[in-house]
Amino acid sequence: MTVRIEQPTRERRRAPRAENRERDGRLAFWLVIPAIVILTLVIGYPVIASVIRSLFGDGIGETPFVGLDNYATALWGTGASDFWAATGVTYLFAGVTIVLETLLGLAMALVMNRAFRGRGLLRASVLVPWAIPTAVAAVLWKWMFDPAGIINAVTGSHIIWTGAELPSITAIIIADTWKTAPFIGLLILAGLQIIPEEVYEAAKIDGAGAWQRFVRITLPLVRPALLVAVLFRLLDALRMYDLPAILTHGANGTTTLSILVVQSTLSQLKPGYGGALSTLTFLMIFVTAYLFVRLLGVNAVEQTGGSKKKGDR
Amino acid sequence: MSATASATRPTATTREENQRTRPRRRLRWSTGGLYVGLVAIAVFCLIPFYWMIVSSLKGPKDIFDNLLVPVHPTLLNYQAVFGSQNTFTLALRNSVIIAGSVTVVALVFGIFAAYAIARLNFRGKNLVLGLFLATSMFPGVAILSPLFQLFADLGWIDTYQAMIIPDISFSLPLGVWILASFFRAMPWELEAAARVDGCTRGQAFRKIILPLAVPGVFTTAILVFISAWNEFMIANSMSQTSASQPVTVAIAQFSGISQYDQPFGTQMAAGVIVTVPLIVLVLVFQRRIISGLTAGGVK
Repeated sequence: MTVRIEQPTRERRRAPRAENRERDGRLAFWLVIPAIVILTLVIGYPVIASVIRSLFGDGIGETPFVGLDNYATALWGTGASDFWAATGVTYLFAGVTIVLETLLGLAMALVMNRAFRGRGLLRASVLVPWAIPTAVAAVLWKWMFDPAGIINAVTGSHIIWTGAELPSITAIIIADTWKTAPFIGLLILAGLQIIPEEVYEAAKIDGAGAWQRFVRITLPLVRPALLVAVLFRLLDALRMYDLPAILTHGANGTTTLSILVVQSTLSQLKPGYGGALSTLTFLMIFVTAYLFVRLLGVNAVEQTGGSKKKGDR
Repeated sequence: MSATASATRPTATTREENQRTRPRRRLRWSTGGLYVGLVAIAVFCLIPFYWMIVSSLKGPKDIFDNLLVPVHPTLLNYQAVFGSQNTFTLALRNSVIIAGSVTVVALVFGIFAAYAIARLNFRGKNLVLGLFLATSMFPGVAILSPLFQLFADLGWIDTYQAMIIPDISFSLPLGVWILASFFRAMPWELEAAARVDGCTRGQAFRKIILPLAVPGVFTTAILVFISAWNEFMIANSMSQTSASQPVTVAIAQFSGISQYDQPFGTQMAAGVIVTVPLIVLVLVFQRRIISGLTAGGVK
């Protein structure tokens, strides 16, 4: 399996390069263009339509051009409190769940990496939370967090989990951590498995203890895989919708940005204002991802096996 | 990360050997801790699912008893799921149609793009790759409201296409991404050999590569299907009646045996029905699914 595809590559290198490249390029164009056209239609069109619509007012019949008024309403006008509350709770969810899920996932990955007996069973059970639809998981956790449900029974408490802000947020964080930490564990495990055992052996001979080996070898070597997992998770967490929408219906300060956008466009029928909100959400996620990649130096394309040829690594 | 997937096996074997040759004392010490960890992970992952199954087997009288086993197991909830007040059968059919169509579209167009990305050298390749990665991570709400208005104008609200089209925005990039990593790991020498023997590029692709690619394509199909099957936000916005509602929306809006309370037992039974096929798929194809997931790195 490690046998690389060197052969054709070397062959191509020997052939007249420019001509080959051009032919490849033309073929590639026709192969890639249908997918790009489709994505332009289903993503490019709506995004642009949404930006344009956000410049117009709401109401019945002809809507007037209002410029950036919708944005002003969201950022410091009448909608500001809702918007910033949603932004705050969205980033709170993202921050807390990512920290919890990464720590738990790392712990799981370390255990799974060492396990040989029962590995298949373990892998299967780790995939269960991932395979359950988030909507079903939300209904399941809603049942477990019911005042008369199993969680209150086991912990001996009488909390109305969906009745106040802190319990609601806690419930959503717990449910999300259960659903996603195992998945993060799998991604980190893949990163752990490419660390050669010899490195550890050498460190052991040099007298490095278990903790030192973990901090000096495991963490730095697993860092690229870890950061990509965190990046994907971050983008995913910032668009959280299913869990709070079902578990708490966005009540008690659990209205995330996604819920806010859906509410304003679909329930309140304010497409102009909703367009502004969705553009702001999009920009916010984009900027966050950009900063994350820039500050931490993640190369998602390369990490996920993109452009670089294997031999070059 | 496709390098990861392909490098996994050899490393695992060397490590296994190392483990065996390690001094026995150390091994025994770590084995104890290891088993505790293993059990902890399995319990963490499986307990809520177990609770879903147990709750689904409890009747309305026992549902709040919080006992870890159903004392009077009953299939009442399952009868209610398929009973007259719920249109669950219809929802199952809707989900299959929607997720199935999305999968077919994503695969048909994904295969071509993935082949180009995995096999061809062309200018702007990184840009194309970045584009697919960016779109697969795209926030769904950013396209939801304009598409909702467009579909409302077209009279498409509450139709299958109103859910299939937005779903393609995440499933096509996902498909391209996973397929490309599978394609990259394939024995392309065979294609070169076929071309030396006089096949055209298309023939070599059809007769040599495609048959070999079937497992990878199949795994991608499973992953894309699951992601479309599990979709909730778009479906919840675009579907209005049971005529087009998929299971995720149906379960969230369930009414049970008793009408006044939240029908948890019935919801759990429906949850089990929706989840069990996915879990069977996952169990049967776990090795491939994990290599696809870690290569795709997407949800």
